Amino acid sequence: MKKVIFLIPLCVIMLMAFNNSIPIDKATMDRGKKVYLQYCIACHQVDGGGVPGLNPPLEKTPHVLGSKTKLIRIILKGMDTHEEIDGETYSNVMAPHNHLTDQQIADVLTFIRNSFGNNAIAITPGDVKYVRARTK
Amino acid sequence: MRKYFCGPLLLMAILVIDPVNDLLIFEANKKPGGEIENAGLKLPAGFSASALADSVGRARHIVVTKKGALYVKLSKLVNGKGILRIKDTDADGKIDDIKSFGTYIGTGITIKDGYLYASSNDEIFRYKLDENEEVINPDSPEKIITGLINGRQHNTKSLVLDDKGNIYVNIGSPLNSCQEIDRGAGSKGKDPCPVLDSAGGIWQFKADKLNQTYKDGVRYATGLRNVMGLDWNYQINELFVIQHGRDQLDMFPEYFTAQQNAEIPAEEMFMIKKGANCGWPYCYFDIQQNKKVLAPEYGGNGKKTTRCEGVEQPIVAFPAHVAPNALLFYTGNMFPEKYKNGAFIAFHGSWNRSPEKQEGYYVAFVPFKDGKPSGPWEIFADGFAGVETVMSPKQAQHRPCGLAQGPDGALYVSDDVKGAIYKIVYKNN
Repeated sequence: MKKVIFLIPLCVIMLMAFNNSIPIDKATMDRGKKVYLQYCIACHQVDGGGVPGLNPPLEKTPHVLGSKTKLIRIILKGMDTHEEIDGETYSNVMAPHNHLTDQQIADVLTFIRNSFGNNAIAITPGDVKYVRARTK
Repeated sequence: MRKYFCGPLLLMAILVIDPVNDLLIFEANKKPGGEIENAGLKLPAGFSASALADSVGRARHIVVTKKGALYVKLSKLVNGKGILRIKDTDADGKIDDIKSFGTYIGTGITIKDGYLYASSNDEIFRYKLDENEEVINPDSPEKIITGLINGRQHNTKSLVLDDKGNIYVNIGSPLNSCQEIDRGAGSKGKDPCPVLDSAGGIWQFKADKLNQTYKDGVRYATGLRNVMGLDWNYQINELFVIQHGRDQLDMFPEYFTAQQNAEIPAEEMFMIKKGANCGWPYCYFDIQQNKKVLAPEYGGNGKKTTRCEGVEQPIVAFPAHVAPNALLFYTGNMFPEKYKNGAFIAFHGSWNRSPEKQEGYYVAFVPFKDGKPSGPWEIFADGFAGVETVMSPKQAQHRPCGLAQGPDGALYVSDDVKGAIYKIVYKNN
């Protein structure tokens, strides 16, 4: 039993190491940041912290770190659901941003998934293209 | 081994049993403000501040009874309740008596002629008060207004009464600028803006009639995007309001940079007469050009003023996006003469100034004479945020939201981040 318990932190460390072993290239992050500064920063703020009560944070939320498809759909269709995020609700709407290109959406989502303390695998223009084709 | 675990376990057990209540009592008994001078606030000479409580909940508007107790409207329930009645019974500068009632969240709360009035985000209630202005039946208020638009954005129902039995209620616009796609880049404005029928203005109802709906009320003023701060000026018997101006001019990047958006669209204070049209969503007040300008959603380019020439002009224009959440005309005798009948405004602080630094997070003052501003506005109480510079609103430790005047003339300020209640007094040395 004790041996198993000792293995758990080891596995966690290995998993973290594995996750970190896919670095996001600087060019992608720079392009993503440019899109963020133009379209996202007003509401989600310089630190990704959002605005309490108005605009949700991007830090370590399942929306940002979870399903790629759902996240891409938020960009394409906007968000107006008033759902709780960590016990808080947010009253502003997010307008659809489907005017952004596949590349811009991939870049900015990769940027937010790897900024503000986040760490998640990149989103590719191909991912966006696939979801866009299946999103009304 | 067991010994060491007991303490944390016990603490956890207490927190699990009733986390909110225990924290409340713990915080209420803490020495208010600690050793921090003036509870961290910066004030003009002769004034001092203390924190009566530091975490009562999301404290929105507040009102003080003639015996010095406070009613606090909460925007998030604490133990299932949305109104607190708090008092410093032993006068040691901290709250020691907390009662709560009302099962709804909201912002508006006021006292008038023997009743406490409070709002949810779509209804208005009133509670009969006894001779000490204590609520007689906290669980059975009269519902006086129902069915108001609750569109999430700008859904708070601030309220004030006059001396003739009327109640004035803000019904904020559920949209930023009445676009076809709300907050959509380049999206055109709907013309005419359909929400103005039921929102984007101040409605007048009777204070003593039950279950009123829109058909029982009067649209007293229109073209107001969202008013959180409003007060009745008894010197001249008129309604004064202060509007949260529009956001995101830079959704039209061909005309506005992010920096221009951060600085141009003023927060406006109006004196309102019945029938006033203050211009939203067609017009906004450009603080740099000092005039009403046509909104880009309606063909504006930052310069055109067509269709804005006849609309109500502000009596004071404040910096863009600083978020006026409360307005109070000071009628007390404690503060120096300059403050008498002047207006205090609680600025909740901006978010729509990124990437510039945020502004606001203070209580401002406008001197008044005979119901008109008689000098420039100034910052009265600053330092709520607890940090030198706020880049992102989350960094602010406290944000002023409600204002009230005590029977002795002290000024109370509520904070809706942690729930501090500040008391500001003046001592003539």
